[in-house]
Amino acid sequence: MKYMMMMNVPGGPYRITDWPREAFQAHIAFMQRFAQKLSAAGELVGAEGLSGPDQAKLVRAGDKGQPVTDGVFPESKEFLAGFWIIDVEGPERAYALAAEVSAAPGPNGKPLNMGIEVRPVMSGPPPAENL
Amino acid sequence: MTGTELTAADQRLLRDQAPGVLAAVLRRYRDFAAAEDAVQEALLAAAQQWPRYGRPDDPRAWLIRVASRRWADEQRAAVARRRREELVAEIQDEPAPPPPTERDETLTLLFMCCHPALSPSSQVALTLRAVGGLTTAEIAKAFLVPEATMAQRISRAKATIQSSGVPFELPSPGETAARLGPVLHVAYLVFNEGYTASAGPELQRRDLAAEALRLARMLRRLLPDEAEVAGLLALMLLTDARRAARTGANGQLIPLDEQDRATWDRAEIEEGVALLGATLPRGQVGPYQLQAAIAAVHDEAPTAQATDWPQILALYTVLARLGDNPMVALNQAIALAMVEGPAAGLLRLKELERDPRLRDHHRLDAVRAHLLERAGDHAGAVASYARAAGHTASLPERNYLLDRALRLTPPRPSPFRGEGT
Repeated sequence: MKYMMMMNVPGGPYRITDWPREAFQAHIAFMQRFAQKLSAAGELVGAEGLSGPDQAKLVRAGDKGQPVTDGVFPESKEFLAGFWIIDVEGPERAYALAAEVSAAPGPNGKPLNMGIEVRPVMSGPPPAENL
Repeated sequence: MTGTELTAADQRLLRDQAPGVLAAVLRRYRDFAAAEDAVQEALLAAAQQWPRYGRPDDPRAWLIRVASRRWADEQRAAVARRRREELVAEIQDEPAPPPPTERDETLTLLFMCCHPALSPSSQVALTLRAVGGLTTAEIAKAFLVPEATMAQRISRAKATIQSSGVPFELPSPGETAARLGPVLHVAYLVFNEGYTASAGPELQRRDLAAEALRLARMLRRLLPDEAEVAGLLALMLLTDARRAARTGANGQLIPLDEQDRATWDRAEIEEGVALLGATLPRGQVGPYQLQAAIAAVHDEAPTAQATDWPQILALYTVLARLGDNPMVALNQAIALAMVEGPAAGLLRLKELERDPRLRDHHRLDAVRAHLLERAGDHAGAVASYARAAGHTASLPERNYLLDRALRLTPPRPSPFRGEGT
């Protein structure tokens, strides 16, 4: 089963710039170890970090189909900072991995316990049934 | 003959030879992980060299020779690292491997790859590579994961086997039946993975169904007296026969009762039915044979209306007695509804709702929706279709369930001019 784990962080400007350097480095090292672990377990399908909310644009088609951009919305409550797509045996394993990355260290070195949204990635048709 | 790609016949030959070659190399050197890598390299070497220089007269001996050389190279490098030259001398002096008894060795390999210490996805990956002769890249593509991820999964599986100290030998006759379970399950998982082809890389995943059929045929050759092996092959054939009819032009799911039966594969149906006919009377009935028998009843009905539902209900009742499987119980409820009417089926569903494994399962809601629709309770059916659609992880199935729900909602003016209903 494939799952997407989405790391949602509070909106607004990148607050990580206010962190002590050591805490920032510990956070980055934690994330790298996590990615290495997923890869070594043969469970990683893909992972990306996203740029900060100030780089985001909301795009809609205009009346001639041209892109009309809007935004930035730094005041939005939650912001997708990055995601992992994993391929694991079942939901329990996905939840365990999400809990693990949720506890990435924060500005004071203590676990952030961030909200990690876990959703199954939709698959092809189900196995045949003899209905 | 010069080219850059293997002919289809050579490709088949390579894959057929893979398990025997691996078994021979493994028996000689006893190191599963290294032997498996060496054989994989020999297969890749064959894919590069045969198109250019022609197929060797004795492909099997060629593969064993190349794999052994790769193995020795690797060991020499490792030994140099560890400074243990004496091992190399010993290896080089060894006589050629004795002619292996192919049947036992392929079987031993299969049991090893499907070892209970491995997770199902690892068993599947390892079996496809070591027994199926597929490359890591092919397996990765079939399962829609990066090649590096699949490589890692396979190498971890091999490490697990190595550390569990499984000896490379056949299980005792008394153990065979129990150890056969996971082997059949792996073949079945591969089949389902291939059968559930999604729209995009459909071709790759179809290959997986073909690979599963090949594994099942191989098992049948190796174990002609095991009734469940025949049952599994029959089940695959009888299910595969309906593949083309199962999805529409846009990838939408077509339920069994709406399929165009003229497109079902008659040859596969005949082979499956004949196999089953020769197996069932032997009396060692198991779940694969029963599921195959149910598939055969569907396949042999000229129209959906002509389906022998009392026969299907009887088969599900026997199947339910063999083990506690909530999906079997659910299908039994459907068969009951087809025989005695939707009210009887809905009553049975009420009992099944108490099973925590089914309570939130989308299949229970989907079945309830179908039965409510048949009973004329359209509002109830729409609610159940919607709930089922919200819980399935399959995109085509979600679209199918939503479409069923919309079919039952009162007609509204269509926003698309000229296409209104």
